[in-house]
Amino acid sequence: MKKKTLSKSTWTYIVVILVWAVVMILQQAGALSSHLQGLLVPATYYAIVAVGLNICVGILGELSLGHAGFMCVGAFSSSLFSIAMQNTLPVGIRFPLAMLIGIAVAALFGFLIGIPVLRLNGDYLAIVTLAFGEIIKNILNALYLGVDSKGLHASFTSQMDLGLEADGTMLINGPMGISGTPRDANFTIAIVILLIALFVAQNLVNSRDGRAIMSIRDNRIAAESVGINITHYKMLGFVVSAAIAGAAGVLFSHSISTLQAGSQYFGYNVSILILVYVVLGGIGNISGSVLAAAVLYLLPELLRALSSYRMLIYSIVLIAVMLFNWAPAARNWRTKVAARLTKTFGRKERA
Amino acid sequence: MSQETTEKKPLLDVSNLSITFGGLRAVDGFQLQIQKGELYGLIGPNGAGKTTIFNMLTGVYKPNEGVILLDGQDITGHKTVEINRDGIARTFQNIRLFQDMPVIDNVKVGLQNQYHYSIAASIFHLGSYRKVEKEMDDAAMEFLKIFDLEKFRDYKAANLPYGQQRKLEIARAMATKPKLLLLDEPAAGMNPNETKELMDTIELIREKFGITILLIEHDMKLVSGICEKVTVLNFGRILRQGITKEVLRDPEVVKAYIGE
Repeated sequence: MKKKTLSKSTWTYIVVILVWAVVMILQQAGALSSHLQGLLVPATYYAIVAVGLNICVGILGELSLGHAGFMCVGAFSSSLFSIAMQNTLPVGIRFPLAMLIGIAVAALFGFLIGIPVLRLNGDYLAIVTLAFGEIIKNILNALYLGVDSKGLHASFTSQMDLGLEADGTMLINGPMGISGTPRDANFTIAIVILLIALFVAQNLVNSRDGRAIMSIRDNRIAAESVGINITHYKMLGFVVSAAIAGAAGVLFSHSISTLQAGSQYFGYNVSILILVYVVLGGIGNISGSVLAAAVLYLLPELLRALSSYRMLIYSIVLIAVMLFNWAPAARNWRTKVAARLTKTFGRKERA
Repeated sequence: MSQETTEKKPLLDVSNLSITFGGLRAVDGFQLQIQKGELYGLIGPNGAGKTTIFNMLTGVYKPNEGVILLDGQDITGHKTVEINRDGIARTFQNIRLFQDMPVIDNVKVGLQNQYHYSIAASIFHLGSYRKVEKEMDDAAMEFLKIFDLEKFRDYKAANLPYGQQRKLEIARAMATKPKLLLLDEPAAGMNPNETKELMDTIELIREKFGITILLIEHDMKLVSGICEKVTVLNFGRILRQGITKEVLRDPEVVKAYIGE
């Protein structure tokens, strides 16, 4: 379908791989501080959720404020699996399976939540997804789950209520969450997952199903009039979006020692933060989401040295990026520059 | 019209169609028979209920009474999506394109239900993906060529000139392989040149596809120029129905349009 010149999606893969290579070389050379090394995996999984959310916001055209919730279910389900299989399966099999389980569970939740939510539009949909994200987080926060010789025990009040036998183990310890998830994820794996997420998202956009989803975004009534099944395709977009967020959750839970369903990890603030990445990276622009997530996640962390000025600089950057992306003057300027580049390099870019 | 026999069934057979909004009877006892291959006009002053009839034919509104038969099949009360699959495609009074998508993709969405591959093929671009996409591209280009839009193939639909947007909307509707095409004021907002071009396009697709067309229009030149038969609607009721030239000369019709 695309012509001889490398398409934009191919460039995205190349850039991501280059970034990975540079980081790996720097790491080998010992040029990365341990603080920065600790930020690599989070930056990548935020990039992944941003890709997932962009499918919902940019491609499907529905505002979701609950994507942290999908991350949350992906994280918890895969963690439970990994702990259960810790001594039976080698990491090479365990982690891919955990990944699939996290994705499947997030997709399932996407489907279940999608049934009521996708009947709504616009602001209403945003509000309800926000609520669902919070509900998921709060339930997991209050859940005590243990297993013993008699089977599974669950409670919403306290650990004591579980009535575990002497041989029992706690799986989810309420607000204390899950501890002891094997730390299977590293930067390389995270990059691989990011590449797969990009691959899925960009392929979807350039396919029959992707076109149907975008046609609903652009004009629902017209889409219906040419025989597009609205419910089916809205659900497809939403589920894929949730599944990708779930994959990010799996990376998250396998890169920290204690997984808690706290607000700082899965609250609505996180959902909004991800939305900021999507909006500033360009709604509907998949590769832009990756760039925005990486830069905007790393920036405030790297500015920690500036302490109180940190958030000031961060917000100035946000405003600058927003203007660059959306202000008419900036857009005109970009079109001009793009035209000049096209002239110089003779490469045809799609508008 | 030469071999119009009594046993020939109309393609579209609407009888006693009525709809009420609150206390208002927007369309009352509407009936219409269109033969295969005919170009039929639906005219009437503003608010006469023309678009409401289109919306009932395409499943946007459910009629309170009446039966709609398409090719002998009862499609009354079908949903919009089903009606497109039954064989009715439409355009809109205020153009409804997929604005942010390329021109060719607008047509490819119209082709959607004739070309299939699995969701897995969509996501991983496997198997039949390449072959089917190629076929869809070729088919879409065919349509763009017919409508003289092929040079715009990669333009965003929103960036097309107005007249071309109208054409693209018709191309998209035709891509769904309908038996009956409904055009809702296709010449609205067009200058005389564009209207002329539109009339040529309509004639062309009739020839090429042998399609049956029902159109709503205010431009009397267009109606008298291409429609064989018309129905005049006034206050939700049929005022006159028949051969265009005769109907347009009818004093009642003139009165409804221009006043006494």
